[in-house]
Parts: sequence; C-alpha cells; structure tokens
Amino acid sequence: MELWFTEEHTPTVRFSIKVKEQLLSKKSPFQQIDVFESDEFGRFFTLDGLIMLTEKDEFIYHDMIVHVPMAANPGIKKVLVIGGGDGGSVRELTRYKTIEKIDMVDIDEMVVNVCREYFKQTSKRLDDPRVTLYFEDGLKFVRRFEGEYDLIIVDSTDPFGPGEGLFTKEFYGNCFKALTEDGILVNQHESHYYETFLAAMQRAHRRIKELFPVCSVYQAHIPTYPSGHWLFGFASKKYDPIKDLDADAWNALGLTTGYYNTDLHKGSFMLPNYVKEILNKVA
Amino acid sequence: MDQECAPLHSALIDYRKRRVVPFDVPGHKQGRGTPELTQFLGKECLSVDVNSMKPLDNLSHPTGVIRDAEILAAEAFCADAAFLIVGGTTAAVQAMIMSVCKGGDSIIIPRNVHKSAINALILCGITPIYVDPGVHPTLGISLGMAAADVERAIKEHPEAKAVFVNNPTYYGVCPDLRRIVIAAHAAGMAALVDEAHGTHFYFGEALPLSAMSVGADMSAISMHKTGGSLTQSSLLVMKRGKIDPEYVRIVISLTQTTSASYLLMSSIDIARKTLATQGTELFGRVTALAAYARSEINNIGGWYAFSKEIINGRDVFDFDLTKLSIHTLKIGLAGIEVYDILRDDYGIQTEFGDMGNMLAIISVGDTNYNIERLVAALTDIKRLHGKEGIDLWDHEYIAPVVELSPQEAFYAARKPLPLTECVGEISSEFVMCYPPGIPILAPGELVTREALDYILYAKGKGSLLMGPQDINLEKLHVVRRGS
Repeated sequence: MELWFTEEHTPTVRFSIKVKEQLLSKKSPFQQIDVFESDEFGRFFTLDGLIMLTEKDEFIYHDMIVHVPMAANPGIKKVLVIGGGDGGSVRELTRYKTIEKIDMVDIDEMVVNVCREYFKQTSKRLDDPRVTLYFEDGLKFVRRFEGEYDLIIVDSTDPFGPGEGLFTKEFYGNCFKALTEDGILVNQHESHYYETFLAAMQRAHRRIKELFPVCSVYQAHIPTYPSGHWLFGFASKKYDPIKDLDADAWNALGLTTGYYNTDLHKGSFMLPNYVKEILNKVA
Repeated sequence: MDQECAPLHSALIDYRKRRVVPFDVPGHKQGRGTPELTQFLGKECLSVDVNSMKPLDNLSHPTGVIRDAEILAAEAFCADAAFLIVGGTTAAVQAMIMSVCKGGDSIIIPRNVHKSAINALILCGITPIYVDPGVHPTLGISLGMAAADVERAIKEHPEAKAVFVNNPTYYGVCPDLRRIVIAAHAAGMAALVDEAHGTHFYFGEALPLSAMSVGADMSAISMHKTGGSLTQSSLLVMKRGKIDPEYVRIVISLTQTTSASYLLMSSIDIARKTLATQGTELFGRVTALAAYARSEINNIGGWYAFSKEIINGRDVFDFDLTKLSIHTLKIGLAGIEVYDILRDDYGIQTEFGDMGNMLAIISVGDTNYNIERLVAALTDIKRLHGKEGIDLWDHEYIAPVVELSPQEAFYAARKPLPLTECVGEISSEFVMCYPPGIPILAPGELVTREALDYILYAKGKGSLLMGPQDINLEKLHVVRRGS
C-alpha cells in the first residue's frame, strides 16, 4: 500500500510526502490537526491540511524568526510570541540567557498539547520558568498592552482561517502600541511565489510599512513550505537589522545554529529583483 | 407539516431532480446560456432561478408550496397570516399602509420613519401626523416615541386610520409597543409595525416584545437583515381581525412583480426553518457576542457602546441587546468618520455612521474572530485618531414643519433652487443620509434654517446624502409658490 500526504500549493500544483504512518487526526475547536511519520522529513504535522512543521527542516524557520531580531538587538528582555504553538520559537529564545520573560499566546491549546506529545524536540523548552503560555486570540491578547515588549514574534498560520486577524492593520497597530520605544516586530511573511496568499501578503507588508519607521523583508529557504522560498518581515521603531547588527557580539554568545549565521543575516535581506518589485506594489 | 419542513426549498430540490427541459423564462435556461454568470454565481444557483409553474406555485395566487411556506412562516411568527415579499421590506411597509389607508386618510407616524413609509404616503395621498420620537440628550440619536405622545396624537387626530411604529429603531430603541397598540385599537385605529430590524425578537430570549406578541395588526419584517435570508427578501405578517388577509394579498399584488424570484423566496423558507428550530440558540449566541463586544469596547475608553442603561420608561422603553451601537464623540470623531476609517483603513464594513454614533450589526453570521477585529480596530483608531471629545451636533431631531401633504408636494409644479437659497421654501423632494434613510426633509415640508444647516453639516462630514434629483445635492426642487 502507498500512502501519500498531498498539499495543494495551488489548485494545479501539488507537493506530496510519502507517509509511513498517520499518528494522529484530531479536530480542535479551531482547526484540523494531523500528525504523520515519513521517511524523508521525519515526523510532521499539518493544520487544516497545510504543513506547519517537519522534523527535518523546522530549524530553518525557527533560526530565522528568532536569531535575526536577537542579533539586531541583543538587549531584548521581554518577548511575546504570537502563535508558535509547536514551541520552536520559544526553544530558540530560551537559549538567550539575557531574555527575562517570554509570553507565548496561541489560540489553540490542542496544538500545543499535540506538539508536547509528538514533537518533544521543538516543544521541550515550553516549561522554561521564563515562559508563560496563554491560550487566546493573539489579536485580543496584544491590544491590552502598551510599551510592554521589546520583541514580538508573529509565528502564525496563513492569512485565511484562524490566523487571518494576525495580518490586519488593527493587529499591527496594536503590536506597535504593545512594543517598547525600541521594539521589534518580526512576522512570518508568507511567500510571494504563488498567487494564493499574494494579495494578503502585499497588503500586510504595506500596513506594517505605514506604521514602523524601519521595515524590511528577509528570506529563507524552507523546502516544505509552498515554493520553498519563504519571507519574514522585520519591522522596528529604532533598530536597523543590518546597520545595528553586531556580528561579533552575537558570535561571542557561542550559540550553535543549523541555518543562521551572521553573514547569512545580512544576505537574507538582499532580495531578488522580482521579489522587491512585488513588495513595492501596493495591493 | 412542521417547522422542520421547508416546502419551497424541497420543491426546488425536486425540480432539479426532474431535469425539466425549460421552454419558459428565464432565458438563461438553468444557466446554460450564460456561462460567465453561471461561473460567477454557480450552477446550483442558476438551476433554481426559475419562473412560477404548477409544482412551484405562484406568489400572486398561492395554492401549493408557497402557500405552505407562508402558513409555516405565519406560525413561526405567531401570526394569523404571512406573505413572502420579494421587493424588500419597503414593499412590506407600503403594503401595510396601503391596506389600511386610502387617499385623503391620515396616519400617525414617528418622524424617524424609513423613507419607504413616506413613499407610501406619496403614492396614496395620505397625510402624515408626525410624532416627535424624542432625542437622547447626550447620544443625539432619535428614539422610539413615548407612548404618552402617541396617545396625545391619537386624541388630537381621531380621524387617523392607523398608528405606525418602529420596533426597534435602527439603533435598537423600542417604544412601549403594548401600550401603543392598546391605545390605537381603543381609538379604532390599526397598529402597523416596522420590524425591519426586529426579526430576531420572535426567536431570541431577553429581547424586546414583538409586534405579533402584543396584538399589533401587521408587521413588516426584514428577514434578510438579521434573519439570514437573501438581500431584498422579507415578510409581512399579520393578525386576522381588523384587516382581511385576502385583501392584503390584493394590495400587495398592486405593485409586486409577477416574476417573483425563487432564490429569494426559498431563502426566506430556509431562514424561517432555521429561526424556528434553532433561533433561540442562534440569537443567544448573537446576544452574547454583542455583550462581549460592548464590554470590550467600553473598556478601551472613549467609545461608548450603549445598552439597556439608556432605558427610561418613556421614549426608550426597551433596548435590543443584539445591536452594537457605539457613541463616538468622546473619541473626537463623528460616527460617519469612524465608519469611513473602518472601511478604508481596516477593511471593516459597518452598517452606518451618523453624526455622533455608528452601528455594527451582529448577526447569525458573526464569529469571535470578526468581533476581535472590530474591537482591535477601534483600539487602534483611538491610538491613531483619538483626540479630545467634541460636541458635534447637539441633537438630531429636526421638527418638521409640514405645509403640504407629501403627495401634493411631490406632484406640485416645482423649480430647482440652489440648496443654500431654499430656506423658507417647501421641499418637493426627500433629503436624507443613507443609511439609515430617515428623512431630514420630506416632500411638503418647509426648509428651515435648522434643517439646511444640518444637511450642510452632514454633507461636510462626508455622509452620503440621497433623495434629490440632483445627486450632488447642489440644488433642491421646491414647490413653486402660488401654483
């Protein structure tokens, strides 16, 4: 018998992984959660049929969403992670001894519980004493704060579905308010490559750009996400991701990483022409 | 036949199964002749966009599935008869008025009535006897009429044929409907109720009284507004007694299409079934969502999402908890400005904004996510645009000075005049902000300085002003003197 997991990247493009075994299929109040075992990517899980994380390539995403802002401002003390139920972003953050407080808010507690059980490697630091977990809508959580966080990481799902509110002007506006005077907002920025979320992505980019004095986009190569060419947003009130990078300081921390390094840090902000063009287009 | 049935819906499913070869209208022939339209709306939809035929009954003369659907609707709304209406609640309101009044009659009516009611007066030559609905001193919204004021009007105008009532107003304010109905009936007048915004009163819990529950004669119900049917579909429900339902059907037919849309009618049938079988639960959720939104919005500070605390036993006798009405002036913005900012900057479309308030409709289709977006957007608007609270316009009620009946003014010889030169003239046109579509001026009314100032002010704030022939509203048609 052949069992394949297939994700439609577009109505006419498919990405498939041969599945050894399906370990879990569960419906939470918010979304469908499935966990699979495969030869090529190891264990992976999907939300509403879209791959969120595989054991083989999750390090790329989590390296890039955490170490880029941390290297731009090593003084970050208070961090808010919105989404990120798999715990990967929190795991990377806890490696910085200088961080004092990490709040993580995910709308779906079941995702966190599934990851605690099936993805111990990513979720292992969720019980770090600096970490507090909240289970509610990120849009709701963030609007109650003013000048609270040095860094907000938006580790969300795609812009249609439970994550939709995390791509809106009101969300970014409330994040701006929740950030300290030199705060940084990093977000999972989708991909420019396929039409599906293109307009939503452009709109989100424009909204962040309107709000933050510093706003740039960087990229990473993530094999299991649609097109493999993934973008992240870096927005801040003060720090410039390249000019303010103190490579020596970050390297002195001695953190070992699979993807991130301080050369790549700079390179990741150098975008291909067609991507620049798409980002500059007003949606 | 019980409320679990949807006879019209079932008949259309049967029709589809029979694979009938159509040699009748509509000419798109189940969508086959119009590929672009069919692709856009869907084959399933076009396949039941059909004309009346024996198995599907006929709205003008219902003897089959439409009659069954109407019987079920009547039962669901605790009425003796119900009519499916495909011309919007406008058609239902006009049929109510035309069923009890004829040329030369008069009707007692609140001034904050929807223009559809005044249009009926123009069509039939009926004279309005306006009752001041009352204005809230700080919110600036017009209210629901104090029962005592209605009783006084009834006493002063015993010749009136009917009393017309909004239940609720656009903002969710309800009058003492029971007392008004009793007073009208005691004087031999019909009690007609505009429940365009009150469909849910028949199904929810802890909601204001419905027209049928207090024995009103007729009510116009916008199924499409909060009931979940398609836009333009509506219901007229009534009690037998003062008015004969068979006569009402004839009055409805005067202006009703003879090609009633089965999409609209089946949507009423399905919505009625859903409301009758799950309404309590659905509107319980709606009420809870609205209550949550109100408390979160009031916590932001500045915004005032008002509720039952405005009840005063007079012109605010009850309040519809599903309405999310927000007073905006303390944020330093007019309601219409917030309405525009929400749409243009946040992609959030609310129902309307006027000078001091805006209204978000919460209905069966709302989710927690959407509520969070609205609350978050209001938080952000305060951050970006909030300033010192302002007093914009201290009241909205412009007492009308009626010089001619609406019909006389509408058909009188008339001339266009620049708007600013119209003070002292009699308007032959409507002027209103839309939405909500409540006239600032109606045909036959004197253009007062106060009315003109309000129109200019609303225009300056960006309200969409409608009514006059001149769509830019630079000129207004007024009645030629001495004609």
